[in-house]
Amino acid sequence: MGRPALRLRWGRALAPYLLVLPGGAWLLLLFVLPIVTLAITSLQSGDFITGFVFSWNFANYPLGLQIYSEQYVHALEYGGSATIVALVVAYPAAYWIAFHAGPRKSAYLLAVLLPFFVSFVIRTLAWETLLSDNGPLLAPLKAIHLLPEDVRVLATPVAVTGGLAYTFFPYMLLPIYASLEKVDRRLVEAAGDLYANRYQVFRRVILPLSIPGVFAGVLLTGIPAVADYVNQDILGGVGTTMVGRVIEQQFEVNTNYPLAASLAFILMLGLLAMLLVYQRLFGTEEIMGG
Amino acid sequence: MTRERDLPRYVEPSFLRGLTASRITRRDALKGAGALGLGTFLAACGVGGSTAPSRVNWVWDKATKTGQLDFANWPLYIDSTQDASGATTHPSLDQFTKDTGIKVNYSEPIQDDPTFFAKIAPELKLGQATGYDLMVITNGIQMTNLQLKHWLVELDPAKLPNFFQNAAPRLKDRSYDPGNRFTIPWQSGFTGIAYNPSLTGREITSFEDLFDPKFAGKVGMMDGNQDTGNLTLIGMGINPQKSTPKDWQKAADKLKKQRDDGIVRKYYDQTYIKALSAGDTWISMAWSGDIFQANLSAGNDDLKFVIPVEGGVIWTDNMCIPVGAAHPLDAITYMNYVYQPAIAAMLAESIDYVTPVPSAKDAIDKDVAQTTDPAAKQSLQATAGSPLVFPSQSEYAHSYYYRELTPSEAGQWNDIFGAVILT
Repeated sequence: MGRPALRLRWGRALAPYLLVLPGGAWLLLLFVLPIVTLAITSLQSGDFITGFVFSWNFANYPLGLQIYSEQYVHALEYGGSATIVALVVAYPAAYWIAFHAGPRKSAYLLAVLLPFFVSFVIRTLAWETLLSDNGPLLAPLKAIHLLPEDVRVLATPVAVTGGLAYTFFPYMLLPIYASLEKVDRRLVEAAGDLYANRYQVFRRVILPLSIPGVFAGVLLTGIPAVADYVNQDILGGVGTTMVGRVIEQQFEVNTNYPLAASLAFILMLGLLAMLLVYQRLFGTEEIMGG
Repeated sequence: MTRERDLPRYVEPSFLRGLTASRITRRDALKGAGALGLGTFLAACGVGGSTAPSRVNWVWDKATKTGQLDFANWPLYIDSTQDASGATTHPSLDQFTKDTGIKVNYSEPIQDDPTFFAKIAPELKLGQATGYDLMVITNGIQMTNLQLKHWLVELDPAKLPNFFQNAAPRLKDRSYDPGNRFTIPWQSGFTGIAYNPSLTGREITSFEDLFDPKFAGKVGMMDGNQDTGNLTLIGMGINPQKSTPKDWQKAADKLKKQRDDGIVRKYYDQTYIKALSAGDTWISMAWSGDIFQANLSAGNDDLKFVIPVEGGVIWTDNMCIPVGAAHPLDAITYMNYVYQPAIAAMLAESIDYVTPVPSAKDAIDKDVAQTTDPAAKQSLQATAGSPLVFPSQSEYAHSYYYRELTPSEAGQWNDIFGAVILT
């Protein structure tokens, strides 16, 4: 009699730890360790040939900021605008799917997600082809003189921002959709009973309840968009380099690992600081739209 | 082939001295760190050169033939055909297997030097095998790094008779690997200008055409600062090898003006060719063989390649054996094998870069005589007559290798040109 009870108690006590073990090990191995390594690397000095030595070399940080401040600004600029564009496009779409798509909801969601089963590099390359100066999008417009001959979309900030917004679109749409889906329809009715018009229902009931989804969507889109280095490479041109690409170049081409690491760290800390401010302003207890 | 050859900062000569076994005097070291370039610099430091060198990674006393070879190359850089079942085959490799019994495991992981180097560096650092016995690396910074880090196997000249017999003389005297201790060429090529005559509306001859306001927003430059920097120096009438940091700044200012006037559309990597084909750029810096390949795959003759009258850049991709290679003897057997004129001809007929074996021309001429199919005949004649495969003295005469950079110069070069290109 005693033994099963004992086992049960042991199991009870261990359960939370066992449950957190896979996730914890994952975080430790694939997040904490790399971050620590990165921090150590960013304080090294030396060069690739002689090897890098740890020396509390904080000089990497001001140096990186000084040379590449413009590229940091680009990253915030394009990443930020892309996030806003994605939000403006995704919110109405998510709203419509959640409230008006009826039984075909899953079909529409699938339609949104379907393109994202293809590698995003391939999709970006496809945009490069579509947006080409005499490509299928611009050539007809130029032919009927809606656009002047020398207008281009590729190799401009517009292409980079659009590409980023497109790449991370589902990360914006899905959390917003999930939070809208959870809005209790009876609340909408109740608001109507209290003489709210459609606009007021949206502004005072639906929108506040969907904020957790928006919050999550902005994070999931904004962070990778700011750090991106592929989009700008394919769709950008002169003067559109973001810091992500600088980091890549410093790492691969100049093999200046400490500088690359410090640039990456500045980006991470900057994002973290903005994240905290953002959470203070708009944050909710339940980040994932619970 | 993307080439981003930005230069890292090198070693203090004094440190290298400490690294290397042979003792040298202070004067030698200073001489080496002077304006004589990396080759001399390495030589003075005993990392290559002529004065009774110590062997570096000498594997030939123990190496035996294994019948296998792992070969890492660039895409579209070897002869390919489709066999009956639709699979891609490489006739020259099949021929090699037939002649030597060595099976080649051929792959194309090298998209550009820096990324490939970044991929293999961690393994080499830990003293592990890269999984490749033979790789093709451009003369440039990664090649320099590989040599400085002692990550290449020193070649045994006795095992490369074909190379010493058949290679073009200029290839036996390359400043980035004096005496061919670690590398022998795979193919060379030119950096020049490609253009689409129907879009530019005129034939292009000069480097200055890249600065023509008429082409504003339709000009492609390269994001590798070695290519762009050196071609600009040459375009300004400066011999890169004799250029000073003052000249580099002048060249960078010229490029900066071109950028700020909105003439440059983008600093391209390998993708410049796509932009040219799509008409996004009308005129672009380009690599010689790519243009031939692009016209071939598009089935037209739209694009032209020209070495500007001011001069072009010439570069060489080199075969080398990384340390820890499992099948070095098979690798060196292959390196020697491709220096037979017949095999070099096989490669040249489909790659269309500069073959390292001049006598391959006779082999191609023989193929022309034997071919009955008129289309194939024409293509072979085009190869045999192409100045980009068998350059004449005049192409060589006004083409220059990249500026050799000493450690401190490399950092300067990088900063000066990086400030223009990476924006």
